[in-house]
Amino acid sequence: MPSASPRTVRPVVFVEGVRTPFGRARPDGLYAGTRADDLAVKTVRELLRRHPELPPERIDEVAFAATTQTGDQGLTLGRTVAILAGLPQSVPGYAIDRMCAGAMTAVTTTASGIGVGALDVTLAGGVEHMGRHPMGVGAEPNPRFVAERLVSADALNMGNTAENLHDRFPALTRDRADAFGVASQAKYATALAAGQITPDLVAVGLRDPERGWGLATADEPPRPGTRLDDVRNLATPFRAGGRVTAATSAPLTDGAAACLLAAEDTAEELGLGARMRLVSFAYAGVDPAVMGIGPVPATHRALQRAGLAIEDIGLFEINEAFAVQVLSFLDAFGIADDDPRVNPYGGAIAVGHPLASSGVRLMTQLARQFAERTDVRYGITTMCVGLGQGGTVIWENPHHPDYEGYGSTAATIDGSAR
Amino acid sequence: MSTPSLMATAAPRPERIAHALVRDVALPGGAGTLALVTVDNGLDHTKPTTLGPAGLAELHRALLTQQHRAVAGEIVAVGVTGKPYYLAAGADLSAVTAISAESDARRVAEAGHTTYRLLGEMGVPTFAYVNGAALGGGLELALHCTYRTVGADVGALALPEAFLGLIPGWGGCYLLPHLVGVRRALEVILTRPLAGNRMTKAAEALELGIVDAVFHPADFLEQSLAWTADVLAGRIVPVRAEIESQEEWDAVVAGARAQLDQRLHGAKTAPYRALALVAAARTADRDSAFAAEDDALTELIMSDQLRAGLYAFDLTSRRARTPAGAPPAELARPVRSVGIVGAGLMAGQLAVLIARRLRVPVVMRDIDDARVAAGLAGIRSQVERQAAKGRMSPDEANRVLASISVSTDLSTLAGADLVIEAVTEVLALKQRVFAELEGVIADDAVLATNTSALSVTAMSAHLRHPERVVGIHFFNPVAQMPLIEVVRTASSTDAAVATAFALAKQLGKTAVGVADRPGFVVNRLLLRLLAEVAAAVEGGTPVRTADVALRPLGLPMGPFALIQLVGLPVALHVLDALHDELGDRYPLSPGLERLATQGRRLVPEPDGHGADLEVDPTIQDAFDKPDGSGALDEAGVLDAVLGGLTEEIGLMLDEGVVDSPDQIDLCMILGANWPLHLGGISPYLDRAGYSERGLGRRLLPRGVADVPAAG
Repeated sequence: MPSASPRTVRPVVFVEGVRTPFGRARPDGLYAGTRADDLAVKTVRELLRRHPELPPERIDEVAFAATTQTGDQGLTLGRTVAILAGLPQSVPGYAIDRMCAGAMTAVTTTASGIGVGALDVTLAGGVEHMGRHPMGVGAEPNPRFVAERLVSADALNMGNTAENLHDRFPALTRDRADAFGVASQAKYATALAAGQITPDLVAVGLRDPERGWGLATADEPPRPGTRLDDVRNLATPFRAGGRVTAATSAPLTDGAAACLLAAEDTAEELGLGARMRLVSFAYAGVDPAVMGIGPVPATHRALQRAGLAIEDIGLFEINEAFAVQVLSFLDAFGIADDDPRVNPYGGAIAVGHPLASSGVRLMTQLARQFAERTDVRYGITTMCVGLGQGGTVIWENPHHPDYEGYGSTAATIDGSAR
Repeated sequence: MSTPSLMATAAPRPERIAHALVRDVALPGGAGTLALVTVDNGLDHTKPTTLGPAGLAELHRALLTQQHRAVAGEIVAVGVTGKPYYLAAGADLSAVTAISAESDARRVAEAGHTTYRLLGEMGVPTFAYVNGAALGGGLELALHCTYRTVGADVGALALPEAFLGLIPGWGGCYLLPHLVGVRRALEVILTRPLAGNRMTKAAEALELGIVDAVFHPADFLEQSLAWTADVLAGRIVPVRAEIESQEEWDAVVAGARAQLDQRLHGAKTAPYRALALVAAARTADRDSAFAAEDDALTELIMSDQLRAGLYAFDLTSRRARTPAGAPPAELARPVRSVGIVGAGLMAGQLAVLIARRLRVPVVMRDIDDARVAAGLAGIRSQVERQAAKGRMSPDEANRVLASISVSTDLSTLAGADLVIEAVTEVLALKQRVFAELEGVIADDAVLATNTSALSVTAMSAHLRHPERVVGIHFFNPVAQMPLIEVVRTASSTDAAVATAFALAKQLGKTAVGVADRPGFVVNRLLLRLLAEVAAAVEGGTPVRTADVALRPLGLPMGPFALIQLVGLPVALHVLDALHDELGDRYPLSPGLERLATQGRRLVPEPDGHGADLEVDPTIQDAFDKPDGSGALDEAGVLDAVLGGLTEEIGLMLDEGVVDSPDQIDLCMILGANWPLHLGGISPYLDRAGYSERGLGRRLLPRGVADVPAAG
C-alpha cells in the first residue's frame, strides 16, 4: 500500500515586502481616482520584478485582505489581483478579512500552509481604499450585539474605544499620547530622510481626469515638523472633553502592501533571499470596547509559544491605530514611551493606516530594521483589531550571528539598488 | 490625421476639446522632474480624444510652457500620454466637413505642425507613452517625440489617412520613414490603410521600430517612467534601425507606386500624395518636408474625394449603427431557435454564423440524405478550418457543431422562431417551401428568404400569413460581408421586419431596409453596371476597352473580374430576372450566355498576389464581330455606365426602394466594396455632373459629401 510522504513542519521566511505610497482618504487625496484593486496589483508586480529568480508559476497562493470586500475590493481579491497582475492562470488566490489585521492574517494563514507543507511560495497582502470604502459603510451589525449587551454600542467606533482605553488606564494621559504622536511624526521624517522608507515603495500612476496622470512616489499623510504646541489644543472629535485627537490617531488612508513568503528550503532552492524567519504568531480576543489592548494578550501568547520573553525582543513594530493603544501595550510590558526599539521609523499616526494592509507594512519595516541591526535577534509585529482582537507575529533576524538556516548570509537587500 | 466615428456630415458638432493637463512627476532614482502632459477630452472611453483647433491651441500653450521650463532647467524631460484606452484618435475632422476656404484648410494643416514640432524642439528629450489607441494625428503626436513606449494591450496604432483620402500630414510622412525606413513606413502609411484599414498592434509596432519599448498594461505608466529614467541616465540606449540607401529608397518607392497603379490606376489622389512625400523624405529637411505636408493636406482637405470619404466613413461607422427605416427594436420577436431550409454552401455559412453569434440551436433541412450528409460535412469542415486558423476556440467549435442539426424532416423546424429559406433561386420552388413551412411552424414565427433577386411578395402571395415574410439578403461570403438587405413587402409586419433587423445586429452586420423591388439595391446597381458593359461589348466595343473603361473610378475590380467572382451562371441568372422585371435597361447578352455554355473563364486564375485580373482577350470571339458602328471608346463606356447608374438610382428613389441616396451609398460601400473616395456612388455622380444631367437634380445637397460653396 502506498502511503503519503510524512509531514514535517517547515520554517517560513519573509522574502520581501513592498507597499504603495499611502494616500489621504479624501476626495482630493492621492488615490481619489485610483481603484483599490489596482493598488494591490502594483505591489504584486513590484514583488515579481524584484524577484526575477522566482518563476511566477511557483507561487502557490495569493491571499489579499480588505476590510470592506465590496466594489473594487470585492470579487475575491487574491484571485482578481493575481489575474490583473498577469500571474499564470494556474495560481490560485482568495480574499481574507480580519479588519486591521487582514494582511497580517494573510501572512500567518498562508505561512501556516507553508508550514504544513501544502504550499511553497505565497503572496500575502492587503489593501484598503478608505476613501472609496469609509469604515463601517454597508455593515449591518446584528441587533443582538446591543440588545444582549454582547458589545457596547460605542465599541463599533474605534475612536470611542480609544477614549475607553484612556478611561480604563488613567495613567495614559493626553499629554503622553500627544508626545507619542509628535514623536511618531518626527521619527517618520527622520527615517524618510535617511532613506529607510522609499526603498520599500512602488510608484503608482495616478489617474485624475481633472489634472492628468501623475505619479505617487511618497506618502501623503505625514505632517513633518509637527510640534507639541501644534497639537496640544486640538479638538477631541470622539468625545467632548476627551483625549483622543487627530494628532494621536492614525489618519484615514488609502494604500496597499504585499509580501512574498516562502518555505525556507524553497527560498534556498530558488535563491529568493530571506529577510526574516517566522518564529510564532498568535491572535487573542479582548473586550471590544477596549479593542486597543488586544496586542497585549496576543503578544503574551506568541511569546509563550515561542518560548521567549519580552526581554528577548529587540525591535517592536506596533501599529499606531491610536497613541493610547500603543502606550497601553508599552505600560503592560514595562517599556518606556520613547523606547528606541519601538517603531523606529514612526508609525501609522504619521504614515497612515489603510486598515487591512498595515500588517505587511509593519513586517516590511521590521525586515529593513533587521538588516540594519544585526545585533537584534528577535522582533515583533503587533496590532489591535476592531471588535476586540490583537495579533502578534514574532520574527527572527537572519543577519544575527546566532541565526542558523538559509538566509544567515543574506546581504542587506535594498530595492532601490536593484 | 484621421478620426473614426466622429464626423458629422450635417452641422458639425462643437469641438470636444482635448485638454493638455500637465503634472510634474519625480522620476525614479532622483533622475529629475518630468513634465507629464495628459491629452484628455474629459469624457469617457466611448468618446475618444481627438484634436481640433482649440485642443491643439491648448496643447501648443502647454508645450511652449514646458519649452521655457526646459530652458530654465526646471525639467529634464517631457512626457505625453492620454486618458485610459486612448492616446488620441487623431485630428477632429468634424469641422473639416464645413471648410469651404482654402485658407481654413491650410490652418488645419499648420496648426498640427506648429504644435507637434515643439516636441522635437523641446531642448530636453520627449517621450510618448502610448497607453491606448493612437490613430492618425494621435500616432503623429507620438512620432514627434524622441522616444516612445506602448502598452502591451494596445491594438490600434495606425495612420489611416490614406484610407479616408488624406495623408499623415502632421509630420507622419516625414518622421516615420526617418524612424523606421521607407519600406516599413509605407507598410504603415499605405499598405495597411488600403488593406481594409488594418491596425497595428503593440508587438508589431515594436517589431516595425515605431516604438522603443512595450510594457505590461498593469503598470504601463510606472514602467514607462522608470524606463525614461534609465534612458536619461544612459543605462538604456534604444536601438534604431538604419534607413535604406537612396538607391534602395527609390526602388521601394517605385515598387510601391507600381502596386498603387495596379490597384487604383490613379483613381484616388491621397495615396499618391503620401507616396510622393515619403519618396522625398529621405533628403528633405524638416521645414520643407512639413511645408510640403501642409500643401498636400490643404489640397486634399479641399478635395471632393476627401469629403466623399468622410461622408462615406461616417455613413458606414456612426450612422450605420441606427439603420434608417427600421421599426422600433422592441417589436422584434425573440429568436431562440433558427430554422434554415436548404443545406447548401450559403445555407451552411448562414448556419455557422448564426450558431456562433446568436448562440441558439440551428435546425436545417434538405431534401435527401445525400444533401444532408454533404451539408453536414461542409459545416464541419468550415468550422474546423476556422478553428485551425485560431478564429474559433476548440470549445466554441464544439458548441457551434453541437448546436447545428441537419435532417430531411421538415417537422424538425416546428419550434423555430425564425426560418430562413436558402434553396435554389427558383420562384416556384421557394413558394412551395414557404407553403410547406406554414403547415409546420408556429403562426407567429417569422419566415425569411435569402433570395437575391426574386420577388418576396410573389413568394409569399399564397400564404395564409404573408405578413410574417421578409427578405434577409446576405452577401457572399456570409461571414465576411458586412451588409444585409432587409426586404420589406407591402404586407410585412413591423414585428417581422424588426426581427430581421435584430438578427442583423446580433450577427454584427449593418442592415439597410429596402422595398421589395427587383435586385433590391446592390444587385440592381451592380447588374446595371454589368449590363451596360455587356451591351457595349455586344455593340462592338472590344472587351479589353470595356474592361479598363471603369478604372478611373477605382472600383475594387474590373467588370469581367466581378462576373467571374460572382460566377457567370449566377450573374446571368440575376440578369435574366432583372431583364424580366425591369425590361431593356437590363439587356440580355448572347455573348456572355455563349461563354457560360462553354464554361469558360472571363479572367485568368488569380495569381495569389492580389493583382488586378484583366479580361481574357480570347473571350472576344464569343461576341459578334464588331462592325464599328456601335463601338465605344473607354470614355464612352464609362459614360454609358455612369449614365445608366444615374438613371437607375433615380428610378430606385422614385420607386421607394430606399428613402434616400445615402442608403444606396451605404449598400454599395458595404455590399459591393465600392470605394470611399466615390462616397459609394451618389457623391461621385453629383460632382461629375451626372445627376444634374440625368435627373435634373443633385442626389445630395452641396456640402454633404463634397466641398461646400464658399461663403
